Amino acid sequence: MEKLPFERPFIKKLSSGMPSKFGIKMEFDPITEIDGFPVKDLIGQYGSPLFVLSESCIRKTYQEAYRVFSTRYPKVQFAWSYKTNYLDAVCRVYHQEGAWAEVVSGFEYDKALANGVDGKFIIFNGPDKSKGDLEKAVRNDSLIHIDHFDELYTLMEVGDQLKKKPKVAIRVNMDTGIYPMWDRFGFNYENGEAWDAINRIMMAGKFDLSGLHTHIGTYILSASAYQVAASKLAELAVGLERKYDHSIRYIDLGGGFASQNTLKGAYLPGSDTVPSFDEYADAITSGLINSQIKPTNMPVLILETGRALIDDAGYLAGTVLANKRLADGRRSTILDIGVNLLFTSFWYEHQITPAQPFSQHTEETAIYGPLCMNIDVLRENVVFPLLKKGDHVVVSRIGAYNMTQWLQFITYRPNVVLIDPENKTHIIREHETLKIFETLEKIPDHLKTINL
Amino acid sequence: MSKIKLTLAATGLNNTDNPGPGIPVIRSIRESGEFDMRVVGLAYETLEPGIYMHDLIDKVYQVPYPSEGSDNLIKRLEYINSIENIDVLIPNFDAELYTFIKSSSALQKMGIRTFLPTLQQLEERNKVNLPEFGKKYDINVPLSRPILGHSEILSLRDEFEFPVMVKGKFYDAYIAYNEEQIKMHFNKISAKWGLPIIIQEFVKGTEVNVVALGDGKGNTIGAVPMRKQYITDKGKAWGGITLGDENMLSLTRKIIKATNWKGGMELELIKTTKNSLYVIEINPRIPAWVYLAVGAGQNLPAALVKLALDYKVPHFKQYDIGKMFVRYSYDMIVGLKEFESLSTRGEL
Amino acid sequence: MKLKKNIAISESGFIFDPNTGESFSINPIGAEIIGIMKLGKSTDEIQSSILDKYDVDAASFEKYYYDFLNMLKQYNLVEEDE
Repeated sequence: MEKLPFERPFIKKLSSGMPSKFGIKMEFDPITEIDGFPVKDLIGQYGSPLFVLSESCIRKTYQEAYRVFSTRYPKVQFAWSYKTNYLDAVCRVYHQEGAWAEVVSGFEYDKALANGVDGKFIIFNGPDKSKGDLEKAVRNDSLIHIDHFDELYTLMEVGDQLKKKPKVAIRVNMDTGIYPMWDRFGFNYENGEAWDAINRIMMAGKFDLSGLHTHIGTYILSASAYQVAASKLAELAVGLERKYDHSIRYIDLGGGFASQNTLKGAYLPGSDTVPSFDEYADAITSGLINSQIKPTNMPVLILETGRALIDDAGYLAGTVLANKRLADGRRSTILDIGVNLLFTSFWYEHQITPAQPFSQHTEETAIYGPLCMNIDVLRENVVFPLLKKGDHVVVSRIGAYNMTQWLQFITYRPNVVLIDPENKTHIIREHETLKIFETLEKIPDHLKTINL
Repeated sequence: MSKIKLTLAATGLNNTDNPGPGIPVIRSIRESGEFDMRVVGLAYETLEPGIYMHDLIDKVYQVPYPSEGSDNLIKRLEYINSIENIDVLIPNFDAELYTFIKSSSALQKMGIRTFLPTLQQLEERNKVNLPEFGKKYDINVPLSRPILGHSEILSLRDEFEFPVMVKGKFYDAYIAYNEEQIKMHFNKISAKWGLPIIIQEFVKGTEVNVVALGDGKGNTIGAVPMRKQYITDKGKAWGGITLGDENMLSLTRKIIKATNWKGGMELELIKTTKNSLYVIEINPRIPAWVYLAVGAGQNLPAALVKLALDYKVPHFKQYDIGKMFVRYSYDMIVGLKEFESLSTRGEL
Repeated sequence: MKLKKNIAISESGFIFDPNTGESFSINPIGAEIIGIMKLGKSTDEIQSSILDKYDVDAASFEKYYYDFLNMLKQYNLVEEDE
């Protein structure tokens, strides 16, 4: 006789309360495969934990975002935000799709060049650009977004030395009605600092002022804030036309579009509250189209959205290491995925899904990572089905920031696998080994031998 | 006149000392005598008293919390609707309105009608956006500011004078006399309802309320003002009396007209000693004390159902001033089998 | 270890403890194990009857079984053998 599938015996106390924010039954399906590959096989072949990226999803999301903006506005250009995910294979997918590179350090700048991006399609952002970085960027005709006056003067020197007019934009910060206001980057709009910077640039005559840039914040849930941002940049552009008869070539609205992850402390899930590309696009393009910029001078709209383009394409698959009871009888499940790999779990309530069918019986569970550190918590308290040691789980929507902010802490970083649209898998970053760390470290002579 | 056939679904069956409006709403509609109706209760928890009020509710289903996402809710409602064939659904919790409004076209497809404000109306009157709302429609509102963390509490001194009100996004409001108390309330409220926390100027005066119904075209179908006569330690009315204050009514009509408000609404107002009115909160649903309005001559819940069903609904012209309500509590006897059925099968 | 007297399980997996007034829900395997426990069977007998019927190895079952017993203990539903 065939044996019946086994499930852990389980008893749950029925709490009888009044409506509160915690949920009752969990109704969702397991994620047994990613792009047609069984999670079990992927882990079998490449190890656990394992980062998996879906190239089809990346391309589809990009094309959708491009379509949504380009049907509303004639000139649209995306620039891939390197810091969101700078694995070369990932960057190249975006570049193949037509995205430029948006970088915020010399390291990222070099990465973009190495990926074959022509310097004039690199946007150089951020407060940290060394003199050497600036020289390189000026030589390559890159678009340099000035963050502060110190940088403006350094760049002026660099331009003089190289006898070249740097192509620049200024980064503007502003009140768009959202909170918090990012006023640490760029020049402020409301207090006139931005216009002051424009004046100095135009008066100096040593720059080619190509664009205006803002980046109003991150994980912005209010699409209308972008309309305010677009209108304010357009105002500056109109001022430039009027005062200097100078028309800028582009307006760069940065990134900050939210993905559908749920922020910690949010009551409603991100999938219900996050605006769609359409809503962001309506807000931004109406801000530009309704401005006083002359129709013949409409600037290119540049977007540097990172998170919303890649989050959904990334998965982190892992394995249950153990289950245990906490002192209060609550269940805890330990995974081989920790905050070292899932940095974003510090601010998201990540969706963690079993990779095999599970019963509807659930228990309030704390989900911990494997690190021997008290902070290694993926979910404090989640209604979760019963899993056994060795079962697999999938954390979805983790494509953004985790593969750049991950920590080499206590253990190695694992393989990253890309599934291509032809359904072939490729390792795009090898798991680390002791050897890699040994090549970086140097041992002084007097420490070469130890005697225990 | 023949009765209108109706299967009504409603949430908010938590008729406790901090009552949801579900039971008063259902009772009002039943007592209107205009409907030949079956009532389907939608419950989140197993001890919501309305679940066991079989003379008011014919059948109860457990539904997932809004925090689990609209997909789960829709799935559950599809199942319930396949059995019950719901005509009209009235959600009664603030925290679930967003999800229901967002899902209203999906509900429509199932043949379930609602009569709810639009997302824009909902957002605009959100506590977080109240200052903008006041500016836009020229209405007195207390100074208020959302905060996201303890670090912002110190900077409040520049803008506010103590005491201040500390409020949650959906529910809960406490008065704080110093920064320490703000911190304490901040922690308590944010743990329950998330961020932001709203700090609001404390306006001195008497709290008064209005229940009203807007038809979505700028018209006020009915409105009844009330003052709470006795307030529980949770700040809920335990007794109240209808008022004959024309200023409150005209303010209500002004708000409904300006916003084209659709659906039920409760205005929380402070009437200062100089007789000016401040809008403290606009709740986008019928309040639990609505039965007072029914008793005073305006059956707003029944009118809402008829609006949802596209009937022409005349405006209420008057109500009785000086009508009172006094709440009371009442113990029901419940069989364990009933509790078991709801706990294990999610239905009763 | 045995289940306290007068604790009843319904078909739907609902348990009411008249001693404390608490109620619980239990999954089918848990109900089955409690059913066998009520017959006064030993741990070995419970184990062999489950292993015969379900696809699980002895070591895993033992682990889950003891976790389950611990939960029953935590909820005060069992008493130690005299």
